[in-house]
Amino acid sequence: MFELLGVPPQALLGQLLLGLINGAFYALLSLGLAVIFGLMNVINFTHGAQYMMGAFVAWMLLQYAGIPYWGALVLSPLIVGATGIVIERLLISRLYHLDHLYGLLLTFGLALIVEGLFRQQYGSSGLPYTNPIPGGQNLGFMFLPWYRGWVVAFSLAVCLVTWFTIERTKLGAYLRAATERPDLVQAFGVNVPRMITLTYGVGVGLAALAGVLAAPIYTVNPTMGSNLIIVVFAVVVIGGMGSIAGSIVTGFGLGVVEGLTKVFWPEASATVIFVIMAIVLMVRPQGLFGTPR
Amino acid sequence: MKTKSMLLGGLAAAALCVGTTGHASAQMSDGVIKIGVLNDQSGTYADLSGQGSVFAARKAVEDFCKAQKCEKIEVVFGDHQNKPDIGAGVARRWYDVEQVDMIVDTPTSSVAFAVNQITREKNKVFLNSGAGASDLTGSACSPNLVHWTYDTWALAHGTGSAIVKQGGKSWYFLTADYAFGHALERDTAAVVEKMGGKVVGKVRHPFPAQDFSSFLLQAQASKAQVIGLANAGADTINSIKQASEFGIVQGGQKLAGLLVFITDVHALGLKTAQGLTFTEAWYWDTSDANRAFAKEFAAANKGNYPTMVQAGVYSAVMHYLKAVHALGSDADGAKVVAKMKEMPTDDKLFGKGTIRADGRKIHDLMLVEVKKPEESKGPWDYHKVVATIPAAEAFRPLAEGGCALVK
Amino acid sequence: MTSTSRRASGGAGRNVDLIVFAVLVAALLVAPLAVYPVLLMKVLCFALFACAFNLLIGYGGLLSFGHAMFFGFAAYVSGYTVKTWGFSTELGILAGTAVAAALGLVAGVIAIRRQGIYFAMVTLALAQMVFFFCLQAPFTGGEDGIQAIPRRPLFGLVDISGDLSLYYVVLAIFAAGFLIIWRTIHSPFGQVLKAIRENEARAVSLGYAVDRFKLIAFVLSATLAGLAGATKALVFQLASLTDVTWQMSGEVVLMTLVGGMGTVFGPIVGAAVIVVMQNTFTGFGEWVLVAQGCIFVLTVLLFRRGIVGEIVAIARRRAAAGEAVGREAPAGG
Repeated sequence: MFELLGVPPQALLGQLLLGLINGAFYALLSLGLAVIFGLMNVINFTHGAQYMMGAFVAWMLLQYAGIPYWGALVLSPLIVGATGIVIERLLISRLYHLDHLYGLLLTFGLALIVEGLFRQQYGSSGLPYTNPIPGGQNLGFMFLPWYRGWVVAFSLAVCLVTWFTIERTKLGAYLRAATERPDLVQAFGVNVPRMITLTYGVGVGLAALAGVLAAPIYTVNPTMGSNLIIVVFAVVVIGGMGSIAGSIVTGFGLGVVEGLTKVFWPEASATVIFVIMAIVLMVRPQGLFGTPR
Repeated sequence: MKTKSMLLGGLAAAALCVGTTGHASAQMSDGVIKIGVLNDQSGTYADLSGQGSVFAARKAVEDFCKAQKCEKIEVVFGDHQNKPDIGAGVARRWYDVEQVDMIVDTPTSSVAFAVNQITREKNKVFLNSGAGASDLTGSACSPNLVHWTYDTWALAHGTGSAIVKQGGKSWYFLTADYAFGHALERDTAAVVEKMGGKVVGKVRHPFPAQDFSSFLLQAQASKAQVIGLANAGADTINSIKQASEFGIVQGGQKLAGLLVFITDVHALGLKTAQGLTFTEAWYWDTSDANRAFAKEFAAANKGNYPTMVQAGVYSAVMHYLKAVHALGSDADGAKVVAKMKEMPTDDKLFGKGTIRADGRKIHDLMLVEVKKPEESKGPWDYHKVVATIPAAEAFRPLAEGGCALVK
Repeated sequence: MTSTSRRASGGAGRNVDLIVFAVLVAALLVAPLAVYPVLLMKVLCFALFACAFNLLIGYGGLLSFGHAMFFGFAAYVSGYTVKTWGFSTELGILAGTAVAAALGLVAGVIAIRRQGIYFAMVTLALAQMVFFFCLQAPFTGGEDGIQAIPRRPLFGLVDISGDLSLYYVVLAIFAAGFLIIWRTIHSPFGQVLKAIRENEARAVSLGYAVDRFKLIAFVLSATLAGLAGATKALVFQLASLTDVTWQMSGEVVLMTLVGGMGTVFGPIVGAAVIVVMQNTFTGFGEWVLVAQGCIFVLTVLLFRRGIVGEIVAIARRRAAAGEAVGREAPAGG
């Protein structure tokens, strides 16, 4: 039987699919970061914490209100997005006239607060969340749990809708215009500050959505975001902040690359994304999809 | 100005450190036996040690004082946040400033090593219940230390040999890629091969990892009968959870946890954890005394049942108090530990046992299998005891540890 | 990032700096009488670390979010060479510092290709790579770290096994490191660095090899951060993963921010405040994290100049007011 570097092709196909599933999380998170960065020029360090909050809110909804997964899928991003709006109005909006690095520092501080509070309240050994669609299908080359299939399909759909909204609708046109010339767009009668606030809310909501999707796969844990966010930063650097489509493609693509590394050289799978980042920076500092500035 | 603000800060700190000098080494240092429970109060290991261990230590003091007249005994606790530098800092301060005579519990091997070294330097007593590192009674052994409840060698060996005996001959390892994971894998692989089993493969996953699906798929493809999880904490929980997602246990493969606690089973839920096999030093549902202790414990700890680590803290504190009482002094740590080794141990939770020259406490271990949801009759009714590993075989032979105290 | 205190590089500013520094050192010389020396040593190590970091952010305008890689890795190297290879104390510190410098060169070459936020993210990612390396490499002892690092006599003569004698060694290292940084800031090199921070395009058009200046600043900062880390390993006789985590990189940012970015003494004050706070809060678990986050947020929102920056600003306002009054008086009379 034909084997590629000692791995049968069927197994490889399975691993590719798994990589795509992990890529879905990278894509959703880097998309949220890209949306926020595009309009506000703020790197949202709280993103990881908001991803974690998304999972926790889903858990709380189930635990205290009896609202199942499907309800949480809608409610949790809304709730966490609303907290994001409050944060933007009260805190982040005070920093727009300053160097963008202050935004990074502020959101970093917020991330510490959120993670600290959740750790204080819930410990860090993790809480269980039941898989809403147990079981799966044997695809011949691998056993695909229904839930993983749902994650990859759903997040792909969300990514496409976001892309379409920003690149192909009138609302998106306003957004893009406001990114380039906020003063001019304001002069045309568009409420730019409100648009910025809502954009931040949407970006945060995307992070929370990824959190809800993750809850049944991983345990719900206060540290789940802080470990992931740095990898997502590397994904963002590799993709460049140039385009929405870029962040989606890079997210899925790097998930696959990481998945393959887990087969051929598992020890390196934690670092492979950082190595790619270093190489990309040497060759193309603005990132794969970025425009030099 | 700058200097002033710094000095103010410094003075505030100094207030905490008053009394660095002039430690009185009276009979019962100031007539008080002071026990410090140093463990994880808020992190990953807070559930398996944490406040539960503090309760267990207090309970031991209470029971000891009920049985006989006792001196003034105090129990304090501290949080090491699983960081060796923080743990070492607390231990130094306790010994130097706050006249703590003995430190107990201390999960997280890195912190345990640091506390072990400081304890030896200051000639106090360190009774470890929470940490797994078998080097504590090997290359790092000390005349001031007793390693009470379990160690990784014992768990790996117990689980490995018992499963091979039951017919699980071919193994595949899922190993956390750092020193601790490697040691677990090495110890288990050695016993599996010695018992006539075979290791068909292994995969090393980064630590910490979130997604294990890829590694589990490789384990599944290996067709091994047993998948050994040479990892700990959140990694173990996530790998078991995802193994259930991919139907690995239903597919006929067995999961063997090499470092699992009852709190992990609780976090996973029986539905996910069923069929998992691992080694425990103590389980609450094995005798009337244990059940009574567990009931009282649960009432005081948000309904959580005691882990083997917490039960070990009770047992260790009890034996320490007996030794200090027999000796009439707690001033010389090495002497207290020597006395503890000389006296046979006996308490309501762990029964009779001994402490070896290298500081290893010896008792029976048991192999347990997690029940199916329908077999469980009440809260925390999680384990089926499948086999007992007699004390004589349970721990690493004295000669193999390389402890300098053993001649 | 804008600096908060444009310290005059002329004679007056320098003299004030040196006087303050002399007072500081004098105070530190007698400090062990009142304060637990281990705590003081910790403050000094972090103060040097923060000063090294400040060189980059305060004078080069580069926010590194990965400085823990130099601090922590140097700690491992000095710990390993002293414990396993039997290096003497001074050689061990030197080895740690040198390796940090080399690491700084590699990381610098990659990172300075991007600016601003990207620079922060790139350094963060590189530091994470170093973290994973330290976790997996056998010589670091994984989670256990390198423990029981011996305190050998300095130069084979001076016994440093006691906390007090070691304290004075650490104080000397700190003072030397501080003077190197101070000298750099006030050299022509430091002036060019500030020019780049204020307006990079103009510096380029003036013919400066901007990237080379940035790289030199980065390597110097990494080296001194390494010196701090190597020293800390000997103080605590321990090198562990804590020092290479990204949380540690965040802590040094916090120290510098609280004390005052771009001020000479700010990082020292910031380090003292944060270390003492951590020490006080040890028993409160995760509240330390929350408190640090709150300090971060409050500093960024309310007093971006930091403690020292605010003090300098107040002093300057007073001086300006005084001058104004002085000028008015004769006019009125």
